[in-house]
Amino acid sequence: MKIRKIPKSNLDLFVSVLPAFGELYAPVRRGKGFAFDRPSRWSEVQISYPRTILPPKKFLLPPREVTFRFDAKDGFRSTLDEAAKPVVLFGVHPYDIFGLNILDRVFAQGKFKDPYYIARRQNTTIIGVDFEPDEKHFAYSMNAEFVDSGFDLFLSDIGDHYLVLVGTSRGDDIVVMSGCLMEEPTEDDFAEYKRRSSRHRAAYKSRVELGELPEIMEMEYHSKVWDELGELCLSCGSCSAVCPTCYCFDIGDELELGGVPGSRIRSWDSCLFKNHALVAGGENFRHSRASRIKYRFYHKQRGFVAEYGRPSCIGCGRCAECCPAGIDIIKVLETIRGEGNELRNGSTGATA
Amino acid sequence: MSSETAVLARPPKHLDNPYQPHLARIVRIHRMVPDNHLFQLRFLEQSVSEAWSHRPGQFVELSVIGSGEAPISISSPPTRRGILEFCVRRAGRVTNALYRLPTNALVGIRGPYGNGFPVEEMEGQDLLIIAGGLGMAPLRSLLWYALDNREKFEDITLIYGARTPADMLFREELLSLADVEGINTLLAVERDPAGTWKHHMGLLTSLFEKVRIDPERTYAAVVGPPVVYKFVLAELLKLSFHKDRILMSLERRMKCGVGKCGHCGVGYKYTCIHGPVFTYWDAINLPEIV
Repeated sequence: MKIRKIPKSNLDLFVSVLPAFGELYAPVRRGKGFAFDRPSRWSEVQISYPRTILPPKKFLLPPREVTFRFDAKDGFRSTLDEAAKPVVLFGVHPYDIFGLNILDRVFAQGKFKDPYYIARRQNTTIIGVDFEPDEKHFAYSMNAEFVDSGFDLFLSDIGDHYLVLVGTSRGDDIVVMSGCLMEEPTEDDFAEYKRRSSRHRAAYKSRVELGELPEIMEMEYHSKVWDELGELCLSCGSCSAVCPTCYCFDIGDELELGGVPGSRIRSWDSCLFKNHALVAGGENFRHSRASRIKYRFYHKQRGFVAEYGRPSCIGCGRCAECCPAGIDIIKVLETIRGEGNELRNGSTGATA
Repeated sequence: MSSETAVLARPPKHLDNPYQPHLARIVRIHRMVPDNHLFQLRFLEQSVSEAWSHRPGQFVELSVIGSGEAPISISSPPTRRGILEFCVRRAGRVTNALYRLPTNALVGIRGPYGNGFPVEEMEGQDLLIIAGGLGMAPLRSLLWYALDNREKFEDITLIYGARTPADMLFREELLSLADVEGINTLLAVERDPAGTWKHHMGLLTSLFEKVRIDPERTYAAVVGPPVVYKFVLAELLKLSFHKDRILMSLERRMKCGVGKCGHCGVGYKYTCIHGPVFTYWDAINLPEIV
């Protein structure tokens, strides 16, 4: 892998190169939290932030998108061309890039590939940046604190400089365009990178033990814990919205006033919503809140292991941060493992 | 290099779009049972029609333009080309809209989806098809596939039970099979309000004593409402059937059909890609399956 470094003092000049590769989005302040948005100037960009409210999936799977326009005569015309808009995401944390790599497995691999997702992924330049874990991050436990693919460039803080890992040919184009802003790294820079990465691993305050979790979840399928969670859960779906790897969607047709033509819309959905498993005729396979939150935990921590060899959770801590009932995934998993008996964190969430 | 080249979007032209519906015309609507009509459809484009192939037990996403999509199992066998048949229950928004369409109206179809029945594995074996109520809709594709490939199978038995003769899907067609050689057709109704039924009266499971089944050389395909699974599975297990030789087809909310949207999840599987056909062994290993 090609590796360069860039002095921190050159970062604003470096960012000015990026619009040539697409519309620039970066972490900026929003309320008490942070969000990927269009910065109006460099000073707005928060290169050091704990986590954004929504993960970068919103750029690849928009909360609501038109997939076809239709009328009675010509049928369904795909809007795929509109999805291919060049975008640069600057400042993405490694676990969020890991989340995108997991979405790639679902949407860009296998027998059926999602062309809308792929068009956006191919047109999205990802520039990663490292981070300091806070008390809610457990990415290290989920093996998602580091990524070796899924980005074009990755910046790691090594003091006065960022070490720049070049992940793709497009990333190299950016390096070439940055010209003399970049420098050759030295042995000392690599030594500093290694020192900081050990420090990063030691800095995690929250940990989850993954060993035998799929088997333990099989054993705990009928546990009372799920009923207790069902009593706490409000079925609001916030955890799905903020989850980097929750991808359920709904599809529906909308007509213009007066009938056809219209648009086929897909929009975010959540397995916590009451109608998620409802079929025509009225049968609902997950009628109770307990069955729905159980399904969410099983799909992430058990089902994904069977299908893709690892849980889809990447340890970002967003669901625990935003849950209005204070449900904390770390506490839930500890309780399932028999290592605790709390389901909620101290505060009642919604701190963002 | 110029910055203009860098910002050009990479066109997604080479990508197939699995969500693309193809227009099809309603050729005929056969009012089989109240709220359960058979729709015969033909693709508008010859090339789509020629490229089409499916397996018994697969389903499509059927679009009623402006009302959305619904998963519908294919009732016609892959051996009969050109026209696709769908036995559609009027139950939700999309199917209600379909029932308002006249002959010659256009709808959208994409697919086929799902695994379908493992017909290659079933070849050379006895075939026991067991349908309860509306379960005949997906099984009719398997039935005619087997009859059109009669030499590939040993004994073929159809057991079908409905509440009354008026509730029986494909009634005339199946009654005409009663005298056909090469298939043992056993039909039962629970009640006969009109007094016209000349065949077996009673529950579907009461037909089991009329057939000889060798579980070592038989595949059973069972589709029906939950109560049918409950009693039929008990009968089959009593006969010492292997759990992986009992095949069942599940109904879930398959919105996308291609394993993405998450709606048809059951346990750890998606009905649309891992199913809808599951063995009984799969079923008992998947929580919340029936």
